[in-house]
Amino acid sequence: MTDPVLDIRGVSKSFGGLKASDQIDLDLRSGEIHALIGPNGAGKSTLIAQIAGALAPDSGEVRFGGRDVTALTTAARARLGLARTFQISCLAMDCTVLQNAMLGALGHRGDVFRFFRPVMRDKDLVARAETALEQVGLQDFRRFRTAELSHGQRRQLEVAVALTLAPKAFVMDEPMAGLGAEGSRQLMTVLDRLRQQAPILLVEHDMDAVFALADRISVLVYGRIIATGSVAEIRNDPAVRSAYLGDEA
Amino acid sequence: MSILLLIEQALNGLQFGVMLFLMAAGLTLIFGVMGLINLAHGSLYMIGAFAAAGVSALTGSFLLALIASLAAAAMAGVFIEMTVIRRLYDRDHLDQVLATFALILIFSEGTRYLFGSFPLFLDKPEWLSGTVMLPLGIEYSLYRLTLIVVGLAVAAGLFWMIARTRVGIRIRAGENDREMIGALGVNISRLYTQVFALGAALAGLAGALIGAIQAVQIGMGEPVLILAFVVIVIGGIGSIKGAFIGAILVGLTDTLGRFLLPQVFALFMDPSEATSVGSSLASMSIYLLMAGVLLFRPKGLFGEA
Amino acid sequence: MKRETILNAVILLALLMLPVWALFADEPFLITLTTRAVILAIAGIGLNFALGFGGLVSLGHAAFFGLGGYAMGILAYHAQNYTPMMEWPLLIEGTKSMPLIWLVAIVTGALAALVIGALSLRTTGVYFIMITLAFGQMFYYFAISWPAYGGEDGLSIYVRNGFPGLNTMDPIQFFAICYVLLLIVLFGTWRAARSPFGLMLGAARQNPDRVQAVGQVPYRLYLTAFTISGAITGLAGALFADLNRFVSPAMLSWQTSGEIMVFVILGGVGRVFGPVAGAALFILLEHSLGGLSEFWHIYLGAILLGVVLFARGGLYGLIVGREVAHD
Repeated sequence: MTDPVLDIRGVSKSFGGLKASDQIDLDLRSGEIHALIGPNGAGKSTLIAQIAGALAPDSGEVRFGGRDVTALTTAARARLGLARTFQISCLAMDCTVLQNAMLGALGHRGDVFRFFRPVMRDKDLVARAETALEQVGLQDFRRFRTAELSHGQRRQLEVAVALTLAPKAFVMDEPMAGLGAEGSRQLMTVLDRLRQQAPILLVEHDMDAVFALADRISVLVYGRIIATGSVAEIRNDPAVRSAYLGDEA
Repeated sequence: MSILLLIEQALNGLQFGVMLFLMAAGLTLIFGVMGLINLAHGSLYMIGAFAAAGVSALTGSFLLALIASLAAAAMAGVFIEMTVIRRLYDRDHLDQVLATFALILIFSEGTRYLFGSFPLFLDKPEWLSGTVMLPLGIEYSLYRLTLIVVGLAVAAGLFWMIARTRVGIRIRAGENDREMIGALGVNISRLYTQVFALGAALAGLAGALIGAIQAVQIGMGEPVLILAFVVIVIGGIGSIKGAFIGAILVGLTDTLGRFLLPQVFALFMDPSEATSVGSSLASMSIYLLMAGVLLFRPKGLFGEA
Repeated sequence: MKRETILNAVILLALLMLPVWALFADEPFLITLTTRAVILAIAGIGLNFALGFGGLVSLGHAAFFGLGGYAMGILAYHAQNYTPMMEWPLLIEGTKSMPLIWLVAIVTGALAALVIGALSLRTTGVYFIMITLAFGQMFYYFAISWPAYGGEDGLSIYVRNGFPGLNTMDPIQFFAICYVLLLIVLFGTWRAARSPFGLMLGAARQNPDRVQAVGQVPYRLYLTAFTISGAITGLAGALFADLNRFVSPAMLSWQTSGEIMVFVILGGVGRVFGPVAGAALFILLEHSLGGLSEFWHIYLGAILLGVVLFARGGLYGLIVGREVAHD
């Protein structure tokens, strides 16, 4: 078996007396969607922040593409190909949809410090951005101001921006949050196809989506991974049922 | 250079520091509770000084003058809070800066219209003139010593109020979570007005107290305001303790820098050049102190890291 | 044609036609007044680069404006007294040549902005405002207490500096120089606003997390914008000092920082042409209100208050509407 793309080893993080991450081991292999689920307050956002580089773990390491990235900043990890989408849409709201997508392409290409040539005439950037918008089905909205988009469309745009980074892995923080049934279904189709391009670590509350999409599921409760396995294994895991699914039923 | 002179200068630095604290405490409280940056705080300082000078000229009573400074600054504070400032709490910092800059223009020109362009003088009272003998045979201005005592007393009162009283608890709650105190049934808009009035009164008091040793004039507030900003940057925003430590640090650095630097340069330069180089550098010393703090603790000495 | 484009053209044309008319009507004062507006517009464009495009609320731009002024003052002072600025380790002489002075002013403004920015940008929000204000004040006090170049009294220059082939003492010719510089700065800023850098800087203003997530570092973008901003403001300072043939600590005072910000706000934050409209409006107000009352700052304050509370887009916002169109 090949090395995992993303490999979290023994990551711990405490806030005061609270262990938000407790010796977490988690990996993401190419071609898969690995879902991370858990009740509110389980420490999912803390873990995502440590993977993305917004928060430094107290101990343990984050490996990405075979190298230790624990000491790298968010920006440096993004340049290595770790694309993140946010729980609350994180877009330049006054820019157009196309411009937001171009941000990703520009950030990825890296030649930001150029001051004279109009960016909208950069055919390469525009093409990359448009390809990503097409992949998520936003091509007809390219000239819209981002603030005018619906909630669901902003979610799609988040994914499109991540796509323009030509990522080696996605980390998605609740991409379905607040979407209606129709929006969820659309985004699920997109994600389903995306896994071929790069594996997805998916944090999600929507259980239908998780069970439909995930190749593997890990369950996080009180800062610990209590189980990792296939959909069937997780559904039948007694610890998971009592700790988590039981609550929901 | 005698050690006595050095101690006297250190006392001057302390006196300057506690007066800066009166300014900085109000600013930092207002920022901590309401999230507002108030450039017009210097105008409230000026209003306090003018009110004191006016009342002192009319009545000849220094105590009445001080009361007038507190009242006038607090009333001006309440007035601008209710008419202008309150609309700014939800705005971004740029709008706050601009609107309070506009208030400076209005207050400064308004004061010039009322009192004219010439500086006024506020005399310190007879019973606070002269000097006192301190231990070690140090002769020191009674008035300045009084300023130190008053400043420290106000600081102690402020710490007590924040730690122990109901208003203090609300203020602390407001700093942590604005929606929370609303949920607790506290009348937020009244609390905000009270905090603003308190900050204004402290600034007005500082203006009146300093007014007796400096000229009372238009534009006297802004240099002090900017120093108070330096204090807050050094101490950490929203922290009364930080404001206190920062104020004393700034007061001492500035005063001792002006006193010592020319003498230090005189060790290896000719005297007149040493004075000019020394005093130029001394004028920058507190800003260099601020730069140093920024390098090592960008959120200030007592700010949340 | 878009309304914004029309308004831009109208403002530029008005700034050009007024002095030309004044030339024929023999009103040299109006030419000087317009020159002042043009120079202050350049200062406003400088601040707008940081404030409007980068969202960096700097209250210390008087530092760059004043340094530009002192760059001109000091160079010209040494040239008119025939004393070298420095003899060791290498000989540096003063100069009365405008292009050289501009270059020095731009470099000085940029360097000062780089250092102040590198420190101040370690913080954000209200800290940044207070720190830039404080650093500006530092230069002010330094200029007052440093006796070599006039201290509190400032420096006077007998004759305006020279530009090859022009008589700079002739108001209309000096105006022409400033106007052309304004056009150049406007063109450069307009291109920069639409460049890759401009796009990323705008994103960093709206949402720094987004910029990090696409692999870029907001701090570098902000610092670059702040440095460019200081350079442009420094150039304006040199021109302003040349206009008055005088430079004093007043150029470095916090009021100057506030006024430059007022130009940006009156015109419209983040619009390339906003500061031009704002500076023109400011000069117009100063001239008309100043004629009505000695206490015209009260009215200025009231107008500013009204703009902030009720008309946040400034003149451009009122006429063009709120949206900033990009492509």
